Amino acid sequence: MPGASGVPLIGYLIVAAAMFCIGAFTALRRTNAIMILMGIELMLNAVNVNLVAFSRFVPAGNGARGQVFALFVLAVAAAEAAVGLAMVIIVSRRRDTIDVDHINLMRG
Amino acid sequence: MAGYAWLVAALPLVAYVLMVFVGRRVGEKAALFGIVALAVSAILASVILVQVVHGQTIAASIPWVTVGTLKITMGYSVGPVEAVLLTMVSFVSCFIEIYSMGYMHGDARYNRFFANVTLFVTAMLTTVLANNFILFFAGWEIMGLCSYLLIGHWFEDPANCRAATKAFIVTRIGDVGLLLGIWWSYSLTHTFNFNALPGALSVLHLGGGTLNAIALLIFLGAVGKSAQIPLQIWLPDAMAGPTPISALIHAATMVAAGVFLVARTYPIFQMAPSALWWVGLVGAVTAFVGATMATVQVDIKKVLAYSTISQLGYMMIGLGVGAMWAGIFHLLSHAFFKALLFLGAGSVIHATGTQNMHEMGGLWHKQKSTAITFIVGGLALAAIPPTSGYFSKDAILASAYQAHDMLFFWLGALGAGMTAYYVMRAILMTFFGKPKKPEIYAHAHESPRVMTAPLWVLAVPAAFLGLVIDGPIRHFLAPGTPAPNAGWMGYLPLTLAVIGAVVAYVLYTGPVARRARLISALRPLYVLLKEKWFFDHLGSGVVYLLGVGPSLAISAFDRYVVDGAVNGVGRMALWFGRQWRRLVDGNAQGYMLTLAVALAIGLIALQALGG
Repeated sequence: MPGASGVPLIGYLIVAAAMFCIGAFTALRRTNAIMILMGIELMLNAVNVNLVAFSRFVPAGNGARGQVFALFVLAVAAAEAAVGLAMVIIVSRRRDTIDVDHINLMRG
Repeated sequence: MAGYAWLVAALPLVAYVLMVFVGRRVGEKAALFGIVALAVSAILASVILVQVVHGQTIAASIPWVTVGTLKITMGYSVGPVEAVLLTMVSFVSCFIEIYSMGYMHGDARYNRFFANVTLFVTAMLTTVLANNFILFFAGWEIMGLCSYLLIGHWFEDPANCRAATKAFIVTRIGDVGLLLGIWWSYSLTHTFNFNALPGALSVLHLGGGTLNAIALLIFLGAVGKSAQIPLQIWLPDAMAGPTPISALIHAATMVAAGVFLVARTYPIFQMAPSALWWVGLVGAVTAFVGATMATVQVDIKKVLAYSTISQLGYMMIGLGVGAMWAGIFHLLSHAFFKALLFLGAGSVIHATGTQNMHEMGGLWHKQKSTAITFIVGGLALAAIPPTSGYFSKDAILASAYQAHDMLFFWLGALGAGMTAYYVMRAILMTFFGKPKKPEIYAHAHESPRVMTAPLWVLAVPAAFLGLVIDGPIRHFLAPGTPAPNAGWMGYLPLTLAVIGAVVAYVLYTGPVARRARLISALRPLYVLLKEKWFFDHLGSGVVYLLGVGPSLAISAFDRYVVDGAVNGVGRMALWFGRQWRRLVDGNAQGYMLTLAVALAIGLIALQALGG
């Protein structure tokens, strides 16, 4: 069942996959902590797009469950962004950098 | 009346325990515990001796361990030989302890010394009393321990520690043989009892080989303990201990134990004639070689040490030719005169502060008591009549002659000649002639009464014991044995002894240059004797060949193969760990990347495999 705009499900999925890949790449390869947070945000939102799209396209009985999930994800993402940015601020104050290559306390 | 014989050994043990636990509190008076205990033991032993002479048997035993079929009884039985030895050991060691009060006065470990001496004597008395191999062996081993402790009494000097270890290990070689002999005879007869063992062995009708082997294994223990060739190497080094200990080891305990072991198991040896012949041969060679080594020593204690080896050889000759009583007789007279000689030497060392006879001389004028008693002991050692040594050595050699063991007889007779030579030499170098070191001579003085009194007391039996008990001891130890008679040949040892003494007199009262010429003329012989017939080298060679060589190989195997494998496993883990470590560099992004890639690969694989 096509959507009101006439875009088929696969279109949403391709956009979501592209977003996820860009987000993953950003999160894994950028060294700027803020960019990493943004990458994570992008990945979460790619998932949201998938959830909403499936919620719209999967037949009845599903109700609005996927959309509710998307809302949850948004809330969690907001919390994550708040905590993550707070950490970045503290790190930048302490170390004068937010380059994660220099923040390697886990190194044994 | 038999019930108290165990006290002879128990009293010194009590004294030992007292010395260990309260010795520190009473200071040097603690020595009195040991002396009193040994004096009482000596009296008890004399009573026992009288009883045994009157034909009483003194024996008792109690069951000790019962495990399945293994029954070990503990007990004692005192026959003629044991009674004689008990008396001798307790008397001589009592006087040695009295003497030690003077000799060891002011020593840092005075109480420890006396405690160990007392334990030593306890062990010897236990060995003599025991009626079975187990108790015997316990006493035997405690003696080994005590000899180790006492030879190493002044352990600040590493040389003393080495001497102590050497004595312990060399005698242990013999002990292995003894243990095997005990084990073998037990496995055949199921008894450890000395009195039951010969009968139990004879009813088995064993081949001569087995009996000879058992007897020789037991004899090996005696070879180690009594310092017979080739295990004699520990005894001269044992001179590292304080001089009273030398006297104790050489006279009353330790070396006497080996001879006693053969006497105690004599019925077994009588069933094994070849083994008995070997006993005589080892004894004869030891008597001769020991005497030759004594002739070139310059250390007064070393002279006596080698003379002990030699005299023990004579005892073994006596045992070997079937005249056990003569061997024990010599053991008895030797105990008195050798204790006397050692204590006399100790008195000299105490006065001069040196053991080197080249630094003594002329001490006759300073130490009359010591000199006279030393000369008495020396005459006994050289077997000049009427001293005790003459009778006992004569009995041994005459018995050897009568048994047609001419090899033993000649070796013994030649040894007797050399014995007189080195005794004369030692006496002349120590007490006569001009003082060689005036500064030492000036400070020399007679030892305190507590040291000279035991010398005089011991000089009496050394001089007259043989005269008194020559006949009685033969009847006592070997009833019905006629006096050995070697005819005119019986005078040979004495003749050789007189010749030896005269040669020594001529050489050592004559000019030094003559001695030097003689030494250079006999250079190879002199070196041979100085190097103790290379027995030490032989010993080290054997030890290297059998012990150090294989152990080096095993050690190399352990280091390179076993350790290599163990360390290799560890190193491999380390290497892998280092490789893995590169992935885990503390960079969370790296982890995530790995995770993502792995997940992707996993998903693709799942898809490809038909998900």
